[in-house]
Amino acid sequence: MTPQLAIFFVLAAIAVIGALSLILQRHPIHSALSLIVVMIALAGLYLLMGSEFVAAVQIIVYGGAIMVLFVFVIMLLNAGVEERTNVSKLAGIAGIPLAVALLGFLAAAIARSNETAQAGFQSGGLANTKDISTMLFKDFVYPFELTSFLILVAILGAIVLAQRENS
Amino acid sequence: MVPTSYYLILSAVLFGLGVVAFVFKRNVITIFMSIELMLNAVNLAFVAFSQARHQSDGQVFVLFVIVVAAAEAAVGLGIIILTARNRQSLNVERVDLLKL
Repeated sequence: MTPQLAIFFVLAAIAVIGALSLILQRHPIHSALSLIVVMIALAGLYLLMGSEFVAAVQIIVYGGAIMVLFVFVIMLLNAGVEERTNVSKLAGIAGIPLAVALLGFLAAAIARSNETAQAGFQSGGLANTKDISTMLFKDFVYPFELTSFLILVAILGAIVLAQRENS
Repeated sequence: MVPTSYYLILSAVLFGLGVVAFVFKRNVITIFMSIELMLNAVNLAFVAFSQARHQSDGQVFVLFVIVVAAAEAAVGLGIIILTARNRQSLNVERVDLLKL
C-alpha cells in the first residue's frame, strides 16, 4: 500500500465517521461540529489530489464562514435536543431503502465505468491554481460576474428576512 | 496513486449519508447541514474528475458551487430565524401550514 493510498483511507474514514456522527448526534451543535470534521477531511483529500486552491477555499469558506454562520444561528436560537415524532419513523421506513437504493445505483454506475476506474492520476498534475485562475477570468468571466450579483441579492435577502418588523 | 473510482465511491457514500440525514433529522438546522454535506460530496466528485482528466473546469465549477452554497446558507438561515421566531420551534413537524 502506497503512502497516498494510506492517507486516502485515513481521511476517507474520518469523513465517513463524521457524516455518520452528523446523523447520530441528537444535538444540532454536535452535528455542526461533525460537519466541520467532514469538511476538514475533504480539504485534506483535495490536497492529496493536488488541488491546493480548492482545499484552501474549502477551509476558508466552508469551515471558516458557512459553519460559523451555522453555529452562530444554533446558539442564537438556543436550539436544544431534537424530539422524535411518529412521522420520523415513517420517514425512516421509506427513506432508508431509498437511500440504500440510491447508493447502490451510484456504486453500480461507478463500478461499470472501467475507464474511470482504471485511470489514476498523478498528484500535482496540470490543473494547478494558475490554470484555474486563467480559466475563471477568461472562459468563465460572465458566470463569475453573475456570482457577485448572486451574492448581492443574497445579502439583501438575508437582511430583509432577518430584520424585525417595526410596524 | 489513488484510483479515481475510490474518490467517486467516497463521494457516493457521503451523498447517501447526506440523503439519510435529510430524511431522518427533524431539526431544520440539521436538515440544512445535510444539504451542505451533499454539496460537499458533489464537490469531491468534481475535483476527482478534474484531476483525472487534467482539466481545470471541474475546480472552477467547485468554486461556483461553494459561492452558491454560501449564498444559500445566508438566505436559508435568515428564513430559519424567521420561522423559529414565528413558530417558537425548530422542529419541521410543526411547520406544516401548507399541509392538507
